[in-house]
Amino acid sequence: MGMHPVGQPDEPANLNATGINMSETNDSAKTALHDLHIELGARMVPFAGYSMPVQYPAGIAREHQHTREQAGLFDVSHMGQLRVSGADTAAALESLMPVDLVDLPAMKQRYALLTNPRGGVMDDLMVTHAGDHFFVVVNAACKVQDIAHMRQSIGQRCDIEVLEDQALLALQGPLASQVLARFAPACADMLFMTAANLDIDGVECLVTRSGYTGEDGYEISIPPAEADRIARLLLDQPEVAPVGLGARDSLRLEAGLCLYGHDLDADTTPVESSLLWALSKSRRADGDRPGGYPGAETILQQIAQGVQRKRVGIRPLGRMPVREGAPLTTVGGQGTGRVTSGGFGPTLGAPVAMGYVGVEQAQPGTRLLAEVRGRQVEVEVAKMPFVEQRYYRGK
Amino acid sequence: MSTLKFTEDHEWVLPAEDGTALVGITDHAQEQLGELVFVELPEVGREFDKGESIGVIESVKSASDLYAPVSGSVVEINDELDAEPALVNEDAMGAGWFVKIKLNDPTELDELMEEADYLQDLD
Repeated sequence: MGMHPVGQPDEPANLNATGINMSETNDSAKTALHDLHIELGARMVPFAGYSMPVQYPAGIAREHQHTREQAGLFDVSHMGQLRVSGADTAAALESLMPVDLVDLPAMKQRYALLTNPRGGVMDDLMVTHAGDHFFVVVNAACKVQDIAHMRQSIGQRCDIEVLEDQALLALQGPLASQVLARFAPACADMLFMTAANLDIDGVECLVTRSGYTGEDGYEISIPPAEADRIARLLLDQPEVAPVGLGARDSLRLEAGLCLYGHDLDADTTPVESSLLWALSKSRRADGDRPGGYPGAETILQQIAQGVQRKRVGIRPLGRMPVREGAPLTTVGGQGTGRVTSGGFGPTLGAPVAMGYVGVEQAQPGTRLLAEVRGRQVEVEVAKMPFVEQRYYRGK
Repeated sequence: MSTLKFTEDHEWVLPAEDGTALVGITDHAQEQLGELVFVELPEVGREFDKGESIGVIESVKSASDLYAPVSGSVVEINDELDAEPALVNEDAMGAGWFVKIKLNDPTELDELMEEADYLQDLD
């Protein structure tokens, strides 16, 4: 039996400043929780230059379900965390992204996109107005590129501090709040996409109520010296289990969330990737501050005139998973796109995927064919998310 | 006397008196793969050479080939695995069998490992 994964590799190429593929070096970087992962029996894999847990002994399916039923703890310290500060920061960041940051209220978080001159997406990220600075979290595989881009473009307008070894933990699931509230009761009142400075067992942490699973939950930024202790404290709670990158991927797929490098890339615009909702009104053609970011002309034109292809959810009609790279055709045999993420959704109990199709095929319910191992498999365009999102919007 | 044989690719072959054999993946293999979500089996009647891919085993994250441990043809497939692929995780060495094959050349079995050798190989 061939134990190698069939199809596309999971991780995007991670090149450092000199073009060396970090994922192939033997000296993968370690997060502050590396020893803890080993102790927990994690299966470690190289990812974006780091040694990361893909799963623990429970396995991907059980870790996934645990997150939707109780609370999962994820180490996402490989991601880039930045503190950007200075009076001109919001406007400077706006010059790189089609989102509203100038009017982002204090302690609120927003999903954002770094664009390139073609209107394509360089990376997707989270920006938080943290009071005296902006807190930015970027994808691990893009952080070298993102930081260089920001330094080059706006380094003169604001101070960009990279929190090099800072840890980032995600606590996700319906019971995440009751767990974290044991240590920081104020977390319970936080609404989705807000931030707070919370004392967790004597450690001051910037916490946001957000995540990448579709569930309620928090992301907790912790100084490296305290990360192991706080992680163990949370894992000691009966509701909490450790969850790896494997389940992180199946959770976000069910939630309809993009994975940069797969569902989003430099050649795809936010309009094509169905992320119009992320493009703030104030930055649109009729807004207060229209354009003013790379590729604005292309993006505004697409908003006005439409696009040729769109990102949609794909539901295989049978039990066979349809994975990344599978070509999509109409029932009549006309090529219409490809699958960019695909797998099996343990909560759904069925295969689930997302991909790009021609706009004429983008209506939910449209029947298409996906090619898997030389055969045509019936699939259907479906709305996302596949599993109901359960963000906390208040009582 | 029929003896259980093993391949380096973590499959087992259980020959019967009548020139047929059951084929499955080992307990070690199912543990490595994690919970199976889909199993694609060959059609009854399909002929194959040793080493040819005769099926696909899918977990949440990935798909792996099932390679024919010996040459032969498929006489029966385990229908249970269609609805319940996780049966392989529960009982890889028994109820989680994949296919029953007719052997082209029983001497090919001599090239496979005994259980002791397979288990030692795992260490």
